[in-house]
Amino acid sequence: MVKAMLTRHPIMENLDRLVACRSCDLLLDRVIPPPGKVSRCPRCHAPLISNKRSVIDNTLAAAVSTAILMTAAIYFPFISLAEAGLSREASVIDAIGAFANGWSAPLTIAVAAFIVVIPVLRAAALIYALLPLRLGNAPAKGAARSFRLAMSLKPWAMAEIFIVGVAVALVKVTDLATVTLGPSFWAFAALLLIVVFENTTLCEWTIWRLLDPKRR
Amino acid sequence: MDDMAAARPKTTITAREAGLVSCTECGTLAPLGQGRCERCYAALHSRHPRAEQRVWAWLIAGIILYIPANIYPMLITRTFGSASEGTIIGGAIELIEYGAWFVAFVVIFASVFIPVAKFVAIAALMLGVRRGSRLSAHRRMQLYEVTEFIGRWSMIDVFVVAILTALVQLGFIASINPGPAAVCFALSVVFTMLSAQNFDPRMIWDSLEEPAPRADA
Repeated sequence: MVKAMLTRHPIMENLDRLVACRSCDLLLDRVIPPPGKVSRCPRCHAPLISNKRSVIDNTLAAAVSTAILMTAAIYFPFISLAEAGLSREASVIDAIGAFANGWSAPLTIAVAAFIVVIPVLRAAALIYALLPLRLGNAPAKGAARSFRLAMSLKPWAMAEIFIVGVAVALVKVTDLATVTLGPSFWAFAALLLIVVFENTTLCEWTIWRLLDPKRR
Repeated sequence: MDDMAAARPKTTITAREAGLVSCTECGTLAPLGQGRCERCYAALHSRHPRAEQRVWAWLIAGIILYIPANIYPMLITRTFGSASEGTIIGGAIELIEYGAWFVAFVVIFASVFIPVAKFVAIAALMLGVRRGSRLSAHRRMQLYEVTEFIGRWSMIDVFVVAILTALVQLGFIASINPGPAAVCFALSVVFTMLSAQNFDPRMIWDSLEEPAPRADA
């Protein structure tokens, strides 16, 4: 019966007033929650629309910080190890190259992608999509694709997981030798905080609305 | 809780029933049958195409690779000329012997508990879509969210191996090299992540609306 009603209903002209839950596909009236609040799907309770404050500023800040910290993380020494007059310094590049020998070589590419390339690519894509908006201009050409790329790469950016792995590894070697942490280690530790910051402040819905040329 | 009242259902109807498709990337609504989203140019699918096959395929690949990941050594350590090989479980036991209980717990949690729980969770979600489940749709939804969120953290062990290999190269005194398990484990994690990503949570709710036809009936 509902279906019959809808075929007569001029629903196609009113798509802007509707929103579908991305987790359960329920069709709902689009009600924008008050600032700082999140509306949830009444059926599956997944977040529907979150109206966060300063979304563009916060997301750009996270992206620019990621780019700067990652540059520092690559250039500065990461960790050094000393024992019985021998010492060994490892950079992030050395960690990436750990699997370079033998048949585990493809893993080198994956590790490089997970801890450096993808986080940097995401930061670049976010800056490209959002900086023009921040400056009050129209979105750049391909801004929507760029933002979509940044969001789809999110699970594969693992800088924060890497630094937790390093912390675990350090426990294993502190008994073996003297460990010195370099600036690069702290840059990665800061990246962990940036990831948390981005997760709590980024609001996809707001950014998509701002990127839409029709709705500006 | 007042924020929940903001969204009242117009009717209890899904986008698909209304002849609409919601873009999985940006949430824009479009008429069913439209190929690409007008806003973000993503391909539009009312439900992920061939989701069941893809989820099972990646999941099975992930489970198969998890076996060598546990049998073969993760780390090959040489100290003063003698080599020892450490598996995932072996490495965690070694940590307990050092007295590093918390770190051992992190390693076991990330490398054993999360992957195994993820295999079970994805399989349970898939069976639930097909045959119904004792768990409510809300519980299954939460299970899906946790599974998607936590899976990538299994990669910790691969990074532990990477940094140990890079760092512990002190010639005769001590050197550490990666074993074959590292590659198998990394692939297992990646495959399971792909499996979870291919799962379409909308299937959980579809199966409530219209009971899926039984395969044997």
